[in-house]
This record gives sequence, C-alpha cells and structure tokens, in this order.
Amino acid sequence: MINSETWKDSAEIDGIIGRMAEELRSLIAKRAIEAPLMIGIHTGGVWVADRLHEVLELTEPLGHLDISFYRDDFTRIGMHPQVRPSYLPVGIDDRHLILVDDVLQSGRTIRAALNVLFDYGRPASVILVTLSERDGRELPIEPNVVGLHAQLEPGEQIKLSGPHPLVLLRGQSAKKSSAKADKASVDSPDKSGKGETRR
Amino acid sequence: MKTGHQQLDSQGNLKHFLTIEGLSRGLLVEILDRAEGFLGVTQQAVKKVPLCRGKVIANLFFETSTRTRTTFELAAKRLSADVLNLNISTSATAKGETLLDTLRNLEAMQVDMFVVRHASSGAAHFIAAHAAPHVSVINAGDGRYSHPTQGMLDMFTIRRHKGGFADLRVAIVGDILHSRVARSQILALNTLGAAEVRVIGPRTLIPAFAEEALGVRVFHDLLEGIRDVDVVIMLRLQRERMTNALLPSEHEYFQLYGLTEERLGVAHPEAIVMHPGPINRGVEIESQVADGPRSVILEQVTNGIAIRMAVMSMCIGTQNIAMQADGKTEGEPNG
Repeated sequence: MINSETWKDSAEIDGIIGRMAEELRSLIAKRAIEAPLMIGIHTGGVWVADRLHEVLELTEPLGHLDISFYRDDFTRIGMHPQVRPSYLPVGIDDRHLILVDDVLQSGRTIRAALNVLFDYGRPASVILVTLSERDGRELPIEPNVVGLHAQLEPGEQIKLSGPHPLVLLRGQSAKKSSAKADKASVDSPDKSGKGETRR
Repeated sequence: MKTGHQQLDSQGNLKHFLTIEGLSRGLLVEILDRAEGFLGVTQQAVKKVPLCRGKVIANLFFETSTRTRTTFELAAKRLSADVLNLNISTSATAKGETLLDTLRNLEAMQVDMFVVRHASSGAAHFIAAHAAPHVSVINAGDGRYSHPTQGMLDMFTIRRHKGGFADLRVAIVGDILHSRVARSQILALNTLGAAEVRVIGPRTLIPAFAEEALGVRVFHDLLEGIRDVDVVIMLRLQRERMTNALLPSEHEYFQLYGLTEERLGVAHPEAIVMHPGPINRGVEIESQVADGPRSVILEQVTNGIAIRMAVMSMCIGTQNIAMQADGKTEGEPNG
C-alpha cells in the first residue's frame, strides 16, 4: 500500500471493538453458548481477538490460526515465509467457536480458516467476527458481527497496523510489476509489524 | 558439479535442493522457520495440508533406504501430493533403459518433483541439470557428497533444543571421510554460525586438511573432542570400511570411539546426543546413551518429515512463482 494514512485511530478502534464485544455478548447469550472458544486469524485477526477476548472475559485460552498452508493462491504466489504454527488450546469437536479476522473482503481467508478448523475436528458452530468488511466478496461468506463497513474507492486498500496501538490505514494499492514484488508485498506486513493488506 | 546458487531460480527462490553448499544463512533459516509451521500439522486430526494437492512427486531411490524414503513419502503425502515410489533396481534402468530415458518417461507422466538417492556423488545434480524446466529435484543422498535434508533436519533438531547456533559447540564423531551426512552438517553449521565444529575419528576416516577444507577442529581422541560440547553427533559406522582395513575391529572401534554414558560425562551437562540412524548399538553408541534422556535420535526422525515438507513446498511454490513470472498466472492475496 502506498501513501497510506490513518483512517481509524486507536481510540476509534477501541470504541469499535467495544461495540463489537457487546454485540457478540448478546449473540452468545441468544444462542445459549457456554464457554465459547475464540480463535484469531494471523496476524490482524489475532490482535482483534486478543482485545475481544479480554473484554468478554472468556475462560478458554485464545487460539490462533495461520492459514498459509491452506491458501488457494499458494500455487500462484508461493508461501508466506514466516508461517506461525496454529494453536488451538483445546479440542474443537462439538465446541462453539468464535472466528475473528481483521478485514473481510473476498472471503477466501475465511474459507481457508474453516478448512483448517475442520482438519482439527468438527465444531458445533462457528461465529464469524470481523473488525471491518469491504466490497469485493468472491465467496458466499458473511460475518455475524462486524465492526465497520468500508466504502472504498477503486484501487484503495485498508490494513490493520498493530498490535499496540491498533490503527486502520487506508491508501492506494501499489502496482505489482513482478512475482517477486508481489511476494514481497505479502511478506512485508509482518516484518513491519503490520497486518495483512486486504484488497 | 553445480554449486549452491545454481539451485536458485532467477529471483533467488529455492528451485532444487541438492546441497547446502552455497546457500545463504537466510535461506537455511527460512527452511527451519517453515519446518516449525509444519510440525503443527501432526497435531491435527487430519494430518495433511493441501499445499501440493495435484502435484506428483516421484521417489527415485537408486540406493536402498527405508527411513529416508519413508519420511520423504510421508512428507509428500502430508502436503497432499501424489507419490510414486520407484524401485529402480527392478525398473527399466535395470533392463537397459538409460537414466535420461527414464526421466523423460516420468516427466511425460507429469511428475513435478524428483526425490533422488544415488550411490554416486553428483547424481542429483546430473538429474537436475537434465530435468524439464518445470521439475524440481531434491537430493536424498548422493555418494559421499551431500545429504542436505538430513543436514537441515539435524540443524532443526539442534535449534529446537539449543535455541540458536551462535554459542554452540558441536562434535561430529566417526567416519567423516565417507559421510555425506557429516559434510552437509558441517556446511550447515558453518553457514548458520556455530561457534565451533569439531570432528572426531581415526586418522583413516578424517579427510586430509580437514581443518582448512571444512573449517573444523580435528580430534583423534574422543574424550578430548567432546569435552564441553553442546551437541554430540554420532555417525553410523559402515561395516565395509572395516573390511577395507580402514578401521580396527568393531570391538576396538567401540573401545576408542564408542559413546558411553561415562564418556558423555565430559560434554556439557545439557549436551544432546544425535545420530542419523540406523544405529549400530555397541559399535558407535551404547544402548544406554541411544535410549537415554539426552538422546534426541527419534526426534530427528519426526523433524525430518517437517523439514522435507518445508523444502518440498518451497520448491513447488517456486515452480509456480516462476510460471507466474512467465505470465502464465497472476497472483492476488486472499481476503
């Protein structure tokens, strides 16, 4: 992303996450779910999940997923160089899961995350929570709880920077001229401590 | 013979994995980091990831092997690849077909990767040099030259126990002269920045000018060599070396170079013991040590699968990036 600027600052993000937590609390109560297991998707999703987990005072430890091994574009762009092992603190069979990501666009990350989860077991249900959603859905996936809806101009991107502070950045996408540049783009957010850009 | 940089594509990605020689520290660390991620796959109910789904990987073992072939096969299957195991001794090459004709036939079957073990040094390089551009080659051990995935799984095991290499003293004991494993280990340890690499063995089994050529310290006395080291790597003693009069009897070798619990006492108190297997109990190592609390020999086997998954996935990923660079595909990240 080039010429990025702060779109939602730390205080705004805190407010958004606070409202998401209340909405999520209501949904959990409505579904009569006990001891849900919250799981964040690397990298930005884990940062958001960490805040939600703390606000909701969930008893089960926070899990995290790296979907690198399940990306449907591995055959196009290769693998992220820094794959962090996924961590699920308990078995997920028959458990109610809360899956958290930062930015939902195409739906392919969530599709991959669901594939990972089902390779660990068969959950009773999965609630999808995203800090932000934007246009560009390519798969029929919608969040149950969403913090904000982004209306972006053509070529614009948003990405979450964090973990301290959490800030949503907005800017124009950089034109990829080669495979190496594309790969570096996918790699660089983690090296700079920033979440993955969703276009 | 090709050197390390010729294993890389034009963009610096791993295309083949033939030797550790010439590869950068960054690339070796990348292999180790990726293997960490693959270790977690075994914790899943479904011990597979879909990275290499639709790919075909052929194990070409011109030299017999059970452990290495099995771990390569398991690694490929955990990446969801289709695996062909070719027993070359009973295949077309035994009927007179040339190796290159065999390769061409396999390529015509849309094989994407060859895993090659051969008794002759340089065989994997030869196959890589003659394979079709879209095919990757991984060396699973050739002659005296190289066994790079064994070297890397040993580095992976060391890093998991010791955290890093900067302050590490490592001793490799046994037949250094003929050991492709030792050669790969030494190259990897030096590249990764180990503080000191020692080789220990009888003069007949240590290359001349080893200190200069390999960048190691040479010892002929076991106790002197393993004193205060953090890692002791015992090499398998090949019995044919004895018939060639390069060694005394097995009994005598064990008396001089066999690792016992008592001798291990001179190493660092938290030293680990490694062995690439298969073990000759009572020849290079006593059972009490091989099965003892400091032994990480079985962990090496487990780690070998993760390392081979890492290398295979990197090479397969490179094939596709290369195709993309050629304009055949266009990548976009997920969302």
